[in-house]
Amino acid sequence: MKIVSLDPRVNRSSINETEESVVLKKLDQFQTYEVFAQTKRGVHHIHVGSVHAANKKIAVLFAKEQYARRGECVNIWVVKTSDVATTEYEDSDIFDTLDEKTHRNPESYKVLDRIKKYKERTSK
Amino acid sequence: MYGNAYIDPKKANSSLVEGENPEKLAEFEARILRGEKIEPKDWMPAMYRKQLVRMIEQHAHSEIIGSLPEGTWITRAPGFRRKLALMAKVQDEVGHAQLLYNAAETLGKSREDMINDLISGKSKYSNVFNYPAKTWADSAVIAWLIDAGAIVNQLANSRGSYGPYCRALERICAEESFHLKYGHDNVVFLATGTSKQREMVQDALTRWWPPIMHFFGPSDKDSIHSETLMRWKVKMASNDDMRQQFLNMYVPKIWDLGLTLPDPNLKKNEETGKWDYTEPDWEEFKRVINGGGPCNAERLAVRRTAEENGQWVRKALLKETETYVTPLS
Repeated sequence: MKIVSLDPRVNRSSINETEESVVLKKLDQFQTYEVFAQTKRGVHHIHVGSVHAANKKIAVLFAKEQYARRGECVNIWVVKTSDVATTEYEDSDIFDTLDEKTHRNPESYKVLDRIKKYKERTSK
Repeated sequence: MYGNAYIDPKKANSSLVEGENPEKLAEFEARILRGEKIEPKDWMPAMYRKQLVRMIEQHAHSEIIGSLPEGTWITRAPGFRRKLALMAKVQDEVGHAQLLYNAAETLGKSREDMINDLISGKSKYSNVFNYPAKTWADSAVIAWLIDAGAIVNQLANSRGSYGPYCRALERICAEESFHLKYGHDNVVFLATGTSKQREMVQDALTRWWPPIMHFFGPSDKDSIHSETLMRWKVKMASNDDMRQQFLNMYVPKIWDLGLTLPDPNLKKNEETGKWDYTEPDWEEFKRVINGGGPCNAERLAVRRTAEENGQWVRKALLKETETYVTPLS
């Protein structure tokens, strides 16, 4: 039995109501690409999500449709998800570090004090 | 746009945390309590994963199927600007489905499996989309009030605990603010127009009111799972609370236009501050969600045909060397 719809596009498609369902096989929807978008020149590209695509070119096209519909984007990068190396949250202790980090702090370097002392010592 | 995930109350027997490692569970719950998000590869209870997959997947299907009744009116939208706006809205909805499918994929269900479960009828989607958009005014009522309901639900869920879902919802909510304004504009245009236009929008509103009341789902405050799901920030508000919030925001706006709603008991109870209404017909809701609605067969047949028609193109593009890994977030 053909579907009878209020939608003329559906009627034109002449769709059978009871047809055996298609079954999508593995990778029918392809692999994913991670998408990085830049909102304006001068700022970093930021990860905004991913798209399924058959290749890089299609990934860029889909990324543009998906993440730049409102003109808030000037540039897009895509990279295969499988090519991204990541750290694991469960290994977050790799970010553990010393509590005391004055060696990274510019104020901890007292150059002028040292120069002053040197001058005092040598002017005698 | 979306309705609340439908959880079968009959399946609410066993505990959601049965068999879980108590130490990991405590750590997981403490993280949520601290307001931190859960990310894809974190340890999570099996039922947390299952409920989220079901919820996000249903949400994604709703976006896809929801674009069908609205899409019905693209070819006949009155005027070029409305046609442009409706195409943009429908494109947004389909885009939202992509974002949501990605979020669900990070939990381990493949997109192919989700689409298969949609076309076979195994997965559900928001019940409202099993009703037809009979006139242009229906598309206006959908764009205003269904999207309004969706925003209530999505704003709540965007404060949930699963990172990828929250991120998708933030983008979705931002985009849906245009849908709401566009829908309101269309309803107001008809409601302030000729008597024929008013009649048309009143007629659409009267027909859509029962599905709108169904939108947030049956009362779930007595569900034994609600407490756990709320502690896990999977569910952020009860169905009744969201329905109340919706009524409070939109019934006055509807009445303000001089339009009426087909429920003589609908009024704000000054004592409780809550809205009284006639209990929606939940038997009808169940009948429709289980395939008995006016458009279930059409929606699924259209979706199935779209997959079929595109299959040869996808097959031609697929490289043998391709492998799948779950998207990052």
